[in-house]
Amino acid sequence: MGELTRQFTGRVVVPGTGHGPALVTTEPLSFWGGLDPATGEIIDRRHPLSDRILTGRVLVLPRGRGSCSASGVLLEAIRNRTAPAAILTTSVDPIIALGAVLGDELYGLPLPVVYLLTADAAVIRDGDLVDVDGVGTVKVVPSSSRRDG
Amino acid sequence: MPPLATDLAATLFLDNDERAMLAGERGEAARLAMRILVRLAPLYGADRLLPITRAHIDGCIYEGDAGLEFAERLAEHGGRVRVPTSLNVVSLDHRHWRQLGIAPDYAAKARRLGAAYVAMGATPTFTCAPYQTAAAPAFGEQIAWAESNAVAFANSVIGARTNRYGDYLDISCALTGRVPAAGLHLDEPRLATSVLRLVDLPPELLARDDFYPVLGYLIGELASEDIPVVSGLAAAPTDDRLKALAAAAATSGSVAMFHLVGITPEAPSLVDALGGRAPRREIRIDLPMLRRARAALTTSGDAEIDLVAFGSPHCSLAEGRAIARLVSGQKAAPGVQVFLTTSRAVRDLLERGGDLATLTAFGASVTADTCIVVAPLVRPGARVLMTNSAKYAHYGPGLLGVRSVFASTEDCVASAVAGRVTIEDGPWAN
Repeated sequence: MGELTRQFTGRVVVPGTGHGPALVTTEPLSFWGGLDPATGEIIDRRHPLSDRILTGRVLVLPRGRGSCSASGVLLEAIRNRTAPAAILTTSVDPIIALGAVLGDELYGLPLPVVYLLTADAAVIRDGDLVDVDGVGTVKVVPSSSRRDG
Repeated sequence: MPPLATDLAATLFLDNDERAMLAGERGEAARLAMRILVRLAPLYGADRLLPITRAHIDGCIYEGDAGLEFAERLAEHGGRVRVPTSLNVVSLDHRHWRQLGIAPDYAAKARRLGAAYVAMGATPTFTCAPYQTAAAPAFGEQIAWAESNAVAFANSVIGARTNRYGDYLDISCALTGRVPAAGLHLDEPRLATSVLRLVDLPPELLARDDFYPVLGYLIGELASEDIPVVSGLAAAPTDDRLKALAAAAATSGSVAMFHLVGITPEAPSLVDALGGRAPRREIRIDLPMLRRARAALTTSGDAEIDLVAFGSPHCSLAEGRAIARLVSGQKAAPGVQVFLTTSRAVRDLLERGGDLATLTAFGASVTADTCIVVAPLVRPGARVLMTNSAKYAHYGPGLLGVRSVFASTEDCVASAVAGRVTIEDGPWAN
């Protein structure tokens, strides 16, 4: 298993640790109108991740999209314990970061947000086990190797 | 563990007043607000903060308990806004929610949220068109505004300076009187980077109200990451037309600023808007492109309608009066809900002038403080929304589960009376 593990270093946007299976998309997602913070379900019906649950997952996406109210929705999800375990983006997105910072400041529930190079993020497949530490190290265990191992 | 105050301060230049806020010397609310601002500022690319003269808060829309807990915590800890602060729509009409059928526990939370912001010293304007109130900024003012349409209007029509401030960063700016020194607060990032040229458009199209939201919707789609400059608008449109244009551009794209040559204060000419630089892209906007943008706003092919709505952004007094003139002496068809959403200030003026009685006799609900996408006003089961607002037409399907029909104000009124879609295409026709 060890030799299949990939490791990347990203830039810490919001510090924290988290791990879980990856939920991967290359489409930007707006949490406002796109995430039900009561259930953690992605409800943007035009989005490829529609119907998926992001709770406890490491969400890998390029960036958020659209409305400024997205940070409020992410904060509701953090409060409701329906938020992802971590968020990896490929561009710095202040709206996502704001929601995560508010969760940390208000509830002491830091949702780690790490900014990765696009080429590194592209290696991560849906279902891979991803571990994010507090200093920007992202470890990825492919799901196939987990099944084989 | 959250970073210590000293670590946070190390990432930014902070003046003594800002350091005192961060250290808690101006109270717990100011400390929390400054921590949030200081943690976010580097992500906007700022190395310092800037003082502001006013703020507009969007966080008063009830989205859940976290937003309510945040506002009440700030208010309990003695939070006071440091600059004149207006409030966006809230999730209920304070005076009429019972008649509108709002559940009492929802109403209580929506009311508490608004009250927490008022307790911090914000003015209960409760409107998404603060630029049409006494809270409007002047040219060149540094402000912290939330609400996408208001941000686009402030930057593009007035020449005040704001970025799009997300939920809860807005109140953090108001409590500290500061914003990150970045983006549209600075000179260079305000310059246009692409050119949109209006070509071969019939003058009778530019004379219609419904041209402006369609143009805005197209601008938002074409803008991408650019700040566009639009050339070819001969005469200056009214503020209400510019409002519809800005709101539509901020709906279809994340447009925080555009230039209209001869209208935007920073764009007396195309060259000025571009700051003398060559544009990255140049796109022609012709009638066929506008027709496609107009068609995209309509997602229903049905003749039936359940709902007609005016007022996103909130109707001005002039718009309210114009609709009252159109509906005078008529009645909306049974089963068609009609909404005119506006501010309490405009509703009061409509009442005094007798227009409210005319609108009510027609069958319209004239709501204050809120709108149909942030409060549960629309009858469950409604399938088709007809509106003159690009913003309502765009958000209706996702937020209300309806299909949309976009049309002129006149056609919306005619359709409300007929109980079915009645549209005169005029110069839009192929």
